Amino acid sequence: MSAVRPHRAAGRAAARGTIRLGAGAGYSGDRIEPALELVERGDIDVLVFECLAERTIALAQQARHRDPDAGFDPLLDARMRTVLRAASERGVRIVTNMGAANPLAAARRTAAIARELGLASLRVAAVLGDDVLAPVLAGAFRFEESGAPVRDLGDRILSANAYLGVAPICAALRTGADVVITGRAADPALFLAPLVDAFGWSMDDWNLLGQGTVVGHLLECAGQVTGGYFADPGLKDIPDLARVGFPIGEVSADGDFVVTKVEGSGGRVTPATCKEQLLYEIHDPARYLQPDVAADFSRVRVEAIGTDRIRVVGGRGSAPTGMLKVSVGYVDGHVGEGQISYAGTGALARARLALEIVRERLRITGVQTSETRFDLLGVDALHGPDAAQRRGEPYEVRLRVAGRTPSMAEAVRIGNEVETLYTNGPAGGGGVVKSAREVVAVQSVLVPASAVRTSVEIVEVTT
Amino acid sequence: MKLRELAHSRAGDKGDTSNLSLIAYDARHYEHLRRHATAAAVRAHLAGIVAGEVIRHELPALGAFNFVLTRALGGGVTRSLAIDAHGKSLSSALLELEIPDPDDERVSTR
Repeated sequence: MSAVRPHRAAGRAAARGTIRLGAGAGYSGDRIEPALELVERGDIDVLVFECLAERTIALAQQARHRDPDAGFDPLLDARMRTVLRAASERGVRIVTNMGAANPLAAARRTAAIARELGLASLRVAAVLGDDVLAPVLAGAFRFEESGAPVRDLGDRILSANAYLGVAPICAALRTGADVVITGRAADPALFLAPLVDAFGWSMDDWNLLGQGTVVGHLLECAGQVTGGYFADPGLKDIPDLARVGFPIGEVSADGDFVVTKVEGSGGRVTPATCKEQLLYEIHDPARYLQPDVAADFSRVRVEAIGTDRIRVVGGRGSAPTGMLKVSVGYVDGHVGEGQISYAGTGALARARLALEIVRERLRITGVQTSETRFDLLGVDALHGPDAAQRRGEPYEVRLRVAGRTPSMAEAVRIGNEVETLYTNGPAGGGGVVKSAREVVAVQSVLVPASAVRTSVEIVEVTT
Repeated sequence: MKLRELAHSRAGDKGDTSNLSLIAYDARHYEHLRRHATAAAVRAHLAGIVAGEVIRHELPALGAFNFVLTRALGGGVTRSLAIDAHGKSLSSALLELEIPDPDDERVSTR
């Protein structure tokens, strides 16, 4: 590991008394340009891209098997090319989990882009060690969800990655790295690590770590706290969602935290947008388990202190469990699907007739399914028949049949049976779409944190 | 009236478990929501969706609740056959729950 090197972003934050964290992406496919707005006009110290969904890493592992230099986020190039020069000029550090199944390859790719852009002094760090496939296969683990032994899945298992905490990210930051690229890490840890690094927070100050988790949790989904995924016309109006500004967190050494965004950008930050995001994907708010702390959001308070400036304080915490969550990705059969639409008077009756025809066709042609679904989009597909009974007849209906099958060949037959409704089904069906795919499912196991060994590798930009 | 008139919601997913926040627009309605948007009422309202149980967490400091719904997502986003495999739209289902108008209740208890 390299020597400790201070970074100029840390000096600027110290002079200001606060650190400003920007969230440049809330999921792998998120908009590209809001991150550049944050770097150019947000006066931020650190830009975080959270891009790794639960299953993504298993798919990335499959890509890495095919090509040892692959397996990182497909939008890494686009995001780095957009922000790297501006970030380098302003001394904005980047922390991201875009490494997915191959952080080292992602770091090398980033260094290559920096070289192309003439940014010769850039330091890129890769955080390694989240891949725990070997010990998980060797151990006697059972899935948290099903209780079944992991071993029973045999060669269907694709990946096992532990949610890392802040320690290895802090280690990477201490080397003076401009860009830190991880694989699987707890999403809030991507934000908590720069806070721990900048303020020297003690790793047993549970209340500070709990409040730092509030910071990470509010920012990690980017636009979801600045008015995205919130609007409901007439009840909850949000302006200019086509240009929604991504969030900035202003954090002080004592954990005081204000959520804001670039002035003039779209969206809004309000107490209500912050409350929705605070409770997003939380179970017991008093015990939000993280690698470094059991965070307690139950006494968090939200207060407007200005336009698009919301103070969020009161996060607390207690000691973590000492266990790390590990997502295990595995091949779980195949899914085939077909859709077709009906419209006008009688559409619902024709769609229902079509569903019955497909149901019978799957039976008489012997398509092997372990589970099926027969939906009418616009009627009962989202919330079932009970909700549908409360509404009148729609003008148009879209039929959807999906089934789980043991093989791709069987999956293909489901969409084909929907397609044959064109010439064999009720009148006026149109717009068939069909698909078949292999399913990569995810379940989790818990492993002792002490069993996970992490390391940091530096990639220098050479000219 | 529908819950939607007094509160807003966002759905989240972890495996086969969905969580639905319920946040009062006006903190003065928190008690009214606490009385009527019970775990049992939500369980009955979403009977066709939740195969497991409904647990309600109370967050008075936020004027909010968090409902945790187990076995609610067809096995979870990675394997569900549903079109909305995350159950993102379940927040809208929750807000359809019918509850008494708080103004009517105030009048009737006079």
